[in-house]
Amino acid sequence: MTVLDFMGKRKLAAVFSSILLVASIVSLATQQLSLGLDFTGGTLIEVGYQQPANLNEIRSTLKAAGYDDAVAQNYGKATDVLVRLAPQEGEKESIANNIVEELNKTSSSEVTLRRVEFVGPQVGDELRDQSGIAMIVALGVMMVYILFRFHFKFSVGAVAALFHDDVIITLGFFSVFQIPFDLTVLAAVLAVIGYSLNDTIVVSDRIRENFHEMRKGDAVQIINVSLSQTLGRTLITSITTLLVLVALFVFGGELIKGFSIALMVGVLIGTYSSIYVASNILLAMGICKEDFIHVEAEVMDDRP
Amino acid sequence: MLNKYPLWKNLLVVFVCLVGLIFALPNIYPEDPIVQISGATASGKVDGAVLDKALEALGQAGVEVKSSALSGASGVIRFHDGDTQLIAKDLVKSALGDDYVVALNLASTMPDWLASFGASPMNLGLDLRGGVHFLLEVDMEKALEPRTTGYIDEIRSGLRKEGIRYRSAKREGGGKISVKFTDPEEQLKANAWIRENFRQFVISVDEGAAEQFIKLQLSESALKEIQDYAITQNLTALRNRVNELGVAEPIVQRQGVDRIVVELPGVQDTAEAKRVLGRTASLEFRLEDSEGDLEAAMNGRVSSRSELFPFKGDKGAPVLTLKKVIVTGERVVNARSGFDENSRPQVNITLDGGGGKRMNRVTRDNVGRRMAVIFVEHKERTKVRKEGGVFVSEKERYVEKYAINVATIQSALGHSFRITGLDSVLESKELALLLRAGALAAPMYFVEERTIGPSLGKENIEAGLMSVLLGFALVMVFMLAFYRLFGVFANVALLVNVLLIVAVMSLIPGATLTLPGIAGIVLTVGMAVDANVLIFSRIKEELGNGRSPQEAIRSGYDRAFVTILDANITTLIVALILFAVGTGPVKGFAVTLSVGILCSMFTAIVGTRALVNLVYGGRSVEKLSIGYKEAK
Repeated sequence: MTVLDFMGKRKLAAVFSSILLVASIVSLATQQLSLGLDFTGGTLIEVGYQQPANLNEIRSTLKAAGYDDAVAQNYGKATDVLVRLAPQEGEKESIANNIVEELNKTSSSEVTLRRVEFVGPQVGDELRDQSGIAMIVALGVMMVYILFRFHFKFSVGAVAALFHDDVIITLGFFSVFQIPFDLTVLAAVLAVIGYSLNDTIVVSDRIRENFHEMRKGDAVQIINVSLSQTLGRTLITSITTLLVLVALFVFGGELIKGFSIALMVGVLIGTYSSIYVASNILLAMGICKEDFIHVEAEVMDDRP
Repeated sequence: MLNKYPLWKNLLVVFVCLVGLIFALPNIYPEDPIVQISGATASGKVDGAVLDKALEALGQAGVEVKSSALSGASGVIRFHDGDTQLIAKDLVKSALGDDYVVALNLASTMPDWLASFGASPMNLGLDLRGGVHFLLEVDMEKALEPRTTGYIDEIRSGLRKEGIRYRSAKREGGGKISVKFTDPEEQLKANAWIRENFRQFVISVDEGAAEQFIKLQLSESALKEIQDYAITQNLTALRNRVNELGVAEPIVQRQGVDRIVVELPGVQDTAEAKRVLGRTASLEFRLEDSEGDLEAAMNGRVSSRSELFPFKGDKGAPVLTLKKVIVTGERVVNARSGFDENSRPQVNITLDGGGGKRMNRVTRDNVGRRMAVIFVEHKERTKVRKEGGVFVSEKERYVEKYAINVATIQSALGHSFRITGLDSVLESKELALLLRAGALAAPMYFVEERTIGPSLGKENIEAGLMSVLLGFALVMVFMLAFYRLFGVFANVALLVNVLLIVAVMSLIPGATLTLPGIAGIVLTVGMAVDANVLIFSRIKEELGNGRSPQEAIRSGYDRAFVTILDANITTLIVALILFAVGTGPVKGFAVTLSVGILCSMFTAIVGTRALVNLVYGGRSVEKLSIGYKEAK
């Protein structure tokens, strides 16, 4: 088989990674994430019109009804409208029903309530904390698992790859394009962590195997061979996953648009990072054959 | 090398596929809209007579019924479409009255033989079937208030009785009481007495130059007891109200220390749901109008100072009471059924400080007279009218008041008294429940609401199904093009995989399919092929290393196994974390993802191997149809 010189381009890859990383961090620092209702709290009402909705009329109706801070926009279709309201303490009356009533008064055709989401500010804060914890716990458990299964240099490489692509760059993507970040997107980001780790493990598995089996060659060569061997699989799996994600994005409806975007970005970056980031870090940490022999030597020493 | 599976392994694969098929099958049968009738109380049973009455009402209105049946303690009437079902519910409800809960639901049309396996369709989440999810928070500070006020009263009167002088006793938040003294000696005496009598508090002393304090803090266990009581109380009240809404399969559950989750599938009118859930029934303690003329009142001549109430369930004579209310149910802190000295049932009632005082003031002058407990409920009923050939249902609100107990006042009552002379334990229990149900133990607030309209639910199902099918088709075409016959193996495994996911989702009682759950299935489809890709590329590689086809198959499967295991375990870990911290939709995703991973491990490794062995095993093979081109 042809061995491609992946590691020869590793300086270039490092520059590319850094650019993405810096861009993401800058965006996250300056304009943050556009947090969805789940995390900010507030009220969101989706209504359906029979004909394409007149947004200006809706806005003036809402203003006249005393909902000054209400934001109305189209959602997916011209007949669907999303109304957002800032968080309010202790909602007792049903704001959603009032709003639908008000809109029905001025609309010529019937307005139907499609969806309501109300999250109290306190619940929003809690969900945000929980989610942060979930992300950290997920990364931590992964690191421990790889530590247990592989050499610690792999563990650092894998987690760095995860943190680099899934967490920072995917979040960065959502920040740059200001796509609402809600609970389902978070679930997607966590799924990307799993997916990308999957990739990294397959590659690491091969690298480990080849360090044991290949008599000749230095670390760079061994990693190049391993990456070439797994390249086909990495690409095919990414393609099939992307195929279903595109299907989900196009036909899955508005509610899981964010979810599929997060996964698509994650899978793309994840494929790249499992090739470059993890192995780059392995090399940077000076992985060599002794790292593997050492483990065996220890086992030998234990024998009587 | 021959690559043959032993018979048992092949049988296992066939068996798993068959079981999967049976339990996935119920999902393809359409569901009938039904009206479900059940008793409003645990004892209320629905029998043939009740069902006939309902059917008669429907027959008179000319509503078409598909079929009807009794199942267990409830009756089920099936309809052809949802619109008929809605009207029928209102008709049945007004025909049967308040003793029965009439709910909308869906029932599978699967044949009996399938049901006899215990198979049932998947539970659909609120985002797919439509409905409301509420999260309510109980105001615990308000739940503590009456209790602490009660304790303060006890401390004050106790200290007075002991002749200990204190300046003030007041309530501080969080179940804390602080008593102020100006004389250190008095404080010392009080300290001993309080420690003796208030063991449910943690007591600390605060010495100042001019003032001294004794601080009482309710102990952890006492606090927990009050919180549990408040939550249980509110849960009971909520369940009763939910029953009234007529929702099939509602969920009313405690979540954490001070929250309650209410899920009402299929409910569309959220305003009504909120109103009913937030409603408080109330109680009134009133003196009987002993001078009034009951006979005359029953004939409609009630004097201006009194009011006539029927007795609950007509179990006693109507009661004529004074209009003036002694105390209301909000003053009731606790009501428990128990036994008196002669082991006869009784109900112990505790009022809060203010309520106790007023009760005492009124009753000490009226010993020997009778006192009635009146139950006031704000209800809603639906009326169905026919207007120009179309059924129209209207909601009407009304107040229902009735007496639940009348008893003679034996002595001046305080903040804690009892009602004796009850006939049975059942009666005392019911009375205690009604007294408690009067008011919520503490007010509740809506802190989260998620409503999905029925049309959106339907669209979500369609969108989900569409994306699953399309994603599936794309992956299958790709695999076929890339791996030829081995692609077919992988595709069969993929089909079985989805079949198994659906079967497992239908089998686990608590599992619900949500929209993110469908996304989880789609994602699994994409990722499930990964195991096969790993195996197949390993086989190709082995072929490239010059191995024979049979050897390549064997070592391809063997060597890829560890990698597949490692990769899947990590994804499974993520799924478990998501399940642990996630709520609703995210949980749904975690469930299908983990079920999908487990099923795909079986189908991709064992399932495809069985197929490969079946086709290539046991004979000598020259070439594998795996899309491998020999090096030129």
